[in-house]
Amino acid sequence: MTLDDPAETFRQEAQDVLEQLERALLDLDAALDDKDLIDCAFRALHTIKGSGAMFGFIEVAEFVHEFETAFDRVRRGAAAPTVGLVRVALAAKDHIANLIAEPNVHAPAGLPILARLRDIVGNGGEDAEQAQTASGTSKNDATTHVKGVEVEWRIRFRLPEDALSLGANPVLLLDELRALGECNVRADTAGLPRIDDIDPEVCYLSWDVSLRSDCSVNDIEDVFLFVQDGMKLQIEAVPDPRSEAPFAIDAPREVARPQTAKAEKESGPARESMSLRVPAERLDELLDRVGELVIAQARLSQIAVESRNPSLLAVNEEIERLSAGLRDTTMGIRMVPIGTLFSRFRRLVHDLSSQLGKDVDFITSGEQTELDKTVIESLADPLVHIIRNAMDHGQEPPEIRMAAHKSRRGTVRLSAVHEGAEVAITISDDGAGLDTERIRRKAEDSGLITPGATTSEHQLHQFIFHPGFSTAEQVSALSGRGVGMDVVHRTMEALRGRIDVISQRGQGTTVTLRLPLTLAIIEGMLVRVGQSRYSIPLSAVEECVELSQATDGSRGRNFLNIREKLVPFLRLRELFATKAPDEQHPKVVIVSTGDQRVGLVVDQILGNNQTVIKSLSRLHSDIETFAGATIMADGTVALILDVAHLVRRGQRFESRLRKEQEERAA
Amino acid sequence: MTKIARDIAAPPSGETMLALTLELGGEIFAIEASRVREILDMVPITEVPNAPAFLGGLINVRGRVVPLADLRVKFCMERPPPDADTRIVVIEIALDGEPMIVGLLADRVHTVADIALSTLEDAPSVGMRWRQDYVQGIARLNEQFIILPELGRIFSNDGAKGASPDVEERT
Repeated sequence: MTLDDPAETFRQEAQDVLEQLERALLDLDAALDDKDLIDCAFRALHTIKGSGAMFGFIEVAEFVHEFETAFDRVRRGAAAPTVGLVRVALAAKDHIANLIAEPNVHAPAGLPILARLRDIVGNGGEDAEQAQTASGTSKNDATTHVKGVEVEWRIRFRLPEDALSLGANPVLLLDELRALGECNVRADTAGLPRIDDIDPEVCYLSWDVSLRSDCSVNDIEDVFLFVQDGMKLQIEAVPDPRSEAPFAIDAPREVARPQTAKAEKESGPARESMSLRVPAERLDELLDRVGELVIAQARLSQIAVESRNPSLLAVNEEIERLSAGLRDTTMGIRMVPIGTLFSRFRRLVHDLSSQLGKDVDFITSGEQTELDKTVIESLADPLVHIIRNAMDHGQEPPEIRMAAHKSRRGTVRLSAVHEGAEVAITISDDGAGLDTERIRRKAEDSGLITPGATTSEHQLHQFIFHPGFSTAEQVSALSGRGVGMDVVHRTMEALRGRIDVISQRGQGTTVTLRLPLTLAIIEGMLVRVGQSRYSIPLSAVEECVELSQATDGSRGRNFLNIREKLVPFLRLRELFATKAPDEQHPKVVIVSTGDQRVGLVVDQILGNNQTVIKSLSRLHSDIETFAGATIMADGTVALILDVAHLVRRGQRFESRLRKEQEERAA
Repeated sequence: MTKIARDIAAPPSGETMLALTLELGGEIFAIEASRVREILDMVPITEVPNAPAFLGGLINVRGRVVPLADLRVKFCMERPPPDADTRIVVIEIALDGEPMIVGLLADRVHTVADIALSTLEDAPSVGMRWRQDYVQGIARLNEQFIILPELGRIFSNDGAKGASPDVEERT
C-alpha cells in the first residue's frame, strides 16, 4: 500500500478509529461508570480530530473538537455519562463518518447533534475548557491559569530522527504553534553533522519557541500529539519578569511521556502493529494465481507420473508440497474472524431496541470463528434482515412478555461455530415464534402445498425463505416475517449455504445459516457419468458403496439400506439425461448436508482432486444442479455438483414416495 | 490488429466497421472486431446437462471457464459435428450492463474486413427465416450478404430466467 493519497489513508484509519469509538460507546451503554471506556472514546475522538486537521478535513476536525470538548467534561467527571449521552454520541459518530465521506454535504447536519450533546453534558464550550484546565492542573500550580490571561511559554522540542521519513512536518507543527499565539521561533543547528554525513531524511534540527498565548499546556501538547513518540519536548511557562526563580514544570512530564504514549498504544488492539493493510483485490488476485498454480501443478504431476523419470518425479513432489503449502497460506490470509461483522450488529440492536421500545439483550459468541472474507462480506445483508426480523417481529413488547410470564428483557443471540467443513451461524430470539398456521395458509394459497396435506411444522417454517413467498401482501399476513427473507435466500444460494429455521410458538425462533468455509478451493471426488466427469465436494461425501443388483433391479424402490437406515438415491444418468449405454457395476456416493443424506449413482469413481471452484457464468445461472465448474489436470472443464441442491431433491423425492406409500396403505 | 485498423482506417466521410467474418450453416456473419478476444482451434467441450442447446457447453480459455454458445441453434440451422475448420471465437459481450466472456462456435472463420456501414440495411421484416430481433442488420461485402447478429438480444434471451419463446431442444 503506497501512501499516494494521504486523504485515503486518513479515511481508512478513521474508519478503524470510528469502529473503536462505536465499540466503546456501546460497551459504555452497558457499563455507564466504566472510566476506561470513556477514556477510550475520548482517545478515539482526539485521534480523529488531530489527524483530520492534519489531512485537511477541517469540517471533521471542527465537529470532533466540539464533540471532544463535551466528552472531556464527562471524562473529568463534570457530567455523568448517561444512556442519552451514548445515543447522541452514536449519532455524532455517524455524522463524523458522513463528514469524512462527503464533508460539504453533511456539515450542516452536525449543529443539532452538537446542541443535543451540549444539553446533555451541561454547558459545553468555555465551561468545559475551564474545568479541564482547573482539574488538569490542580497538582501543579505552574500550569494554573485562567483563559484570557496571556502567558509566555517556552517550548523546546527535537523530533525523533526518523520523524521526517514517517511523514512529520516541522513546518506544520510550527504553524500550529503560531496559531495559538504570537511566536518567536529559533532553530537550533547544534545537532547538524558535517555536510558529507547529512542524511536528507533525518531531522537534525531542534527548535526553541517562545509563545505568548492564553492557551493551556494541554493545547501545546496537542500540537505534538502525533509525533510525540520518541521526541523530546519541554514546555515551560516563563514567569512574569517581576517574579523570580524560573521553574520548569516539565521535568516530570518529560519522563512520563514515553510511558503514557506506550500505555495508550497497548490499550488499543494489541496486534495492530503487526498487521498490514492490503487492498482486497490484491488478495483476490493472489488467490487466482495460486488457483492457476494448483491446476498447472496437477498437470505437471500427471506428466511426471507418465514419464516415470525419477528426477522429474522428485521435483514434482517438491512442487506439489510447496504449492499445497502456498495454497493453505493464501487461504489463511483470506480468513477473517467473524467478530468484525458481529460488532456492527450490536449497533443495529441498540438502535432498534430504543426505536421499538423493546428491551433486548444482544449476546454474541464465537467471534473468533474464521471465514473467508468474501463470505463474511456477503453475510452482512442477510444477517441484518434476520436480526431486524427477530427484533421487529420476533420479540414482543415488554408488556406482552410480562403477560406471557417471560422476562421483561428479551434476548437475541448471534453465534458462530465451526461444524466440520462448514460454519454454522445461528440467530435466535426468545420472542413469539413463527405463526405456523398462517404460513400454512399462505403456502396453500400460493400452491406450494396441497390443502390439507400433512406437512410437519418444521417443513412449513422453511417456507418463509421460499423465493416469491415473501411479497408485500404476504408480509402483513405473516406479521412482517419474510421481509428481506428472499435476500437471505438468494445470498445463501450464491454462497452455497443452507438455511434452517426452528421455531416454537411462544418460545422463539432460531435461524441457522450453514456455509462452506471457503469459496475458492476445495477437495473434490471425481466421478464419471457416461462420458462426462463431475466433481463432488469431498467434505460432503460420507461413503461409497456398490449398487447391488437387487436394489438396481427394482426400479420403483430408489432407496438404499445403509446400516438399517433408508437413504434415497438419485441416478445421475437419469438426472443428466446421459445418452451413453448403461454400464455394469454402478457405484453410489453417499453425500450429506447436516443430517440429511442422499445417494448419487455414478458409473465410476475416478479419485480425489484439488478443485479450484470457478463459478458458472450468469448465462447458466438457472442450472441448479451445479455449484460451479473446475479445470482439471488435462485442461478440460468438469462441473461441480451442488450437493445441497441434490440432497433437497432427494428429500423431496423421499417425501413424495412416503406419501404415496401412505396413500396406498390407507 | 490495431495496425490493420490504422492501415485501412476509413476516410472521415464513409464510416466503416472493422469486423471478423465467420461462417455458420453456410451464411456469413460478422462480429465487431473490437469484441473479439481470440480465436481458438477446437478444444474439448464439457457438456452441461439440462442446459439449453444454445449454451450447452463449457470450455477452458486460459484458465477461465467460459460458456460456449452455438448461434446455429438461435438461427435454426443444421448442426453438423465439428470438423477441421471449426473454430471458437472468444468474444466479450455485455449482459445486463456487465461485461462477460463467451465462446462462439463457428463452422469456419474467414477474415477481418472493413464493412462499409453505408451498405448496412435493416433486417427485412418478411422473407427471413430468423427472428428479426436477432439480426442487427445485413451488410454487403464483395457481393455477399453478411449478417450482423444482435448479440445482446440473443444472449439476454437465454441465460436469465426469461425463457426464450422459440422452441429449443435441450441437450
